[in-house]
Amino acid sequence: MPPDPRSMTPLILSRYTVVSALGKGLDETYRALRDRRSGLRPCDFEDVGIKTYIGRVDGLEDWPVWGGPTSSELAQFDCRNNRLALFGLQQDGFTHAAIEARERYGAHRVAVILGTSTSGILETEHAYRRRDPSTGALPASYVTRYRETHNMFSVAHFVRSYLGLKGPAMVISTACSSSAKVFATAARFIEAGFCDAAVVGGVDSLCLTILYGFASLGLTSSSPCRPCDEDRDGLTLGEAAGFALLEKPEHAGHPGMVALLGYGESCDGYHMSHPHPEGIGAIRAMQEALMRSGLAPEDIDYINLHGTATKANDSIEDKAVSSVCGPSTLCSSTKGWTGHTLGAAGITEAVIAALCLTRSFIPGTLNTTRVDPSLRAHVLLENREQPVRRVLSNIFGFGGNNCSLILGTL
Amino acid sequence: MRLYVSGIGTLGPGLGSWSECRAVLAGERAYCEGPPPEPNASVLPPNERRRSSEIVRWAVHVAQEAMQQAEADAHEVVSVFASSDGETDVLDRLCTALAMPQRVISPTLFHHSVHNAAAGYWGIATGSQQSSTALCCYDSSFGAGLLEAVAYAHMEGRAVLLVTYDFPPPPPLYVARPLRGGFAAALVLTGAPAKQSLAQLDLTLSNDLSEEVTSMDDAQLEALRGGNPAARSLPLLSAIARERPRVVRLEYLGDQHLLIQVMPCPS
Repeated sequence: MPPDPRSMTPLILSRYTVVSALGKGLDETYRALRDRRSGLRPCDFEDVGIKTYIGRVDGLEDWPVWGGPTSSELAQFDCRNNRLALFGLQQDGFTHAAIEARERYGAHRVAVILGTSTSGILETEHAYRRRDPSTGALPASYVTRYRETHNMFSVAHFVRSYLGLKGPAMVISTACSSSAKVFATAARFIEAGFCDAAVVGGVDSLCLTILYGFASLGLTSSSPCRPCDEDRDGLTLGEAAGFALLEKPEHAGHPGMVALLGYGESCDGYHMSHPHPEGIGAIRAMQEALMRSGLAPEDIDYINLHGTATKANDSIEDKAVSSVCGPSTLCSSTKGWTGHTLGAAGITEAVIAALCLTRSFIPGTLNTTRVDPSLRAHVLLENREQPVRRVLSNIFGFGGNNCSLILGTL
Repeated sequence: MRLYVSGIGTLGPGLGSWSECRAVLAGERAYCEGPPPEPNASVLPPNERRRSSEIVRWAVHVAQEAMQQAEADAHEVVSVFASSDGETDVLDRLCTALAMPQRVISPTLFHHSVHNAAAGYWGIATGSQQSSTALCCYDSSFGAGLLEAVAYAHMEGRAVLLVTYDFPPPPPLYVARPLRGGFAAALVLTGAPAKQSLAQLDLTLSNDLSEEVTSMDDAQLEALRGGNPAARSLPLLSAIARERPRVVRLEYLGDQHLLIQVMPCPS
């Protein structure tokens, strides 16, 4: 047997933010959650003819994101995914906090570790429609910007250029678990001394590949997704950008601040797009996160489920959650608000966990009317207002790649 | 930060396995580029083997070779898959289909398009439930993977399988990313020495860029190193093959260098 995971020193989320279909920044996100206002709408992305809903972020098509003095240097990065990243960087004083960290620690001592599943693939999809009819060549305007738009590293390249950071950087791309796993990598990098602080997060934007791809798997619902509902019939896709600045408590911590207390990573080793029927990978991720945080299952006040609203995910996750935490811990999925934001789901739901901790509430499960009676976990439908000290957030992805995070207040 | 290499796998044009590659890199045999070899990847079950892309089979092949040499059990080993451009063949087929009026894409093609396809197939082939990460850092993807692997080996006390792979994309995309090769390499890394250990690595990040990064003496190997992000591992592999103490300097994002002090382990 591998050694038990070592306990970790909590890391402070000294600043964090998110942009999704719910709005821009913490206040808009919180208000939509509190008022039970979904960000999902009938699919109106480009000319996509799939009968489904989407969680689209308004304004990405036309907002002049690249204006201002830095525009010429950064214009090469212009694509939907990096526009969404910039939306995120501009909320809740995140850019200011990151630049302050750069000045405090030095540009080489701040890492950028981000997740995405499809990066700027939309640019490539568009370029393939504009191939030269005689030679098949892609347009030159695309070819010269492949690195800055579509390559998986593009979003981290953009963010570190925008923030003037020179520390270690990478993009983790493990499908839906991408921007949960960035917390684990950043925690190891800080502990290993490769950096003093890290900008973590994730950005994933709507594109044809994911809309037609999930439809080809028969996984998209024709109505807004209903996680854990007995009549659930698939997921709703969304887009989001979120960031957190991770620092050691001795540099940034004070009571009441949100901290990463534990993480657990695992694989199913079972199938590319179907979770293990007994949820063994999910169980392992949750158990490792608990061990690393030094907490017992009963210390968890709320579990933010992966809860995609597919038949398979929700029932298998339920098995895993109830076997680790029993049937009484409060659980919900927030994907009825945001949709499944794929590579940005980890950071989106980590920020929602932070809102639960700081604003003393637990979101219910939007759009769901009757919880599947075969589920054993305590799935909450209505919001609750109550103090919350520890949240477990589950993210599971294609390739059977799982990650659980535990966030709490110091 | 110190770690030990206990197994290596390689596949590249004229570099069919680590024993072949080692002989070339140690200067015992001249390098002859040759056609790319066929990956074996026998650990993949026949169905998965048929479904998987060539890139996945290359990655799995070198992973299998390194793990066998290290006598490591996949159920105990964490994996890190580092690739700059990943599944470009799949991407080409997806984008071609999406440019047609009907936009019909196959579910299999879609789930093969993820950057963690090779990592996923490795997990399915071995049944390993250990953590697996797939990452990208453009031309510095190997260096980033090495950092992730070192941090994992030390902070979590686990053996780590690091796999790096990159391929020239098919024609329309090739102009956007003209890679050479393909090339794939795998290293099994541990925080403590073992009887199989081939080399000891001491790794540090440096902000001093005044010295040149380590290049290859052979012009063809140097072209491969410069033209394929996975082949940025060649100077490190070369230092291990030569079994003499050496400092290897890898570029990391143009802002830092990765310094690796390589020491042979007594065999």
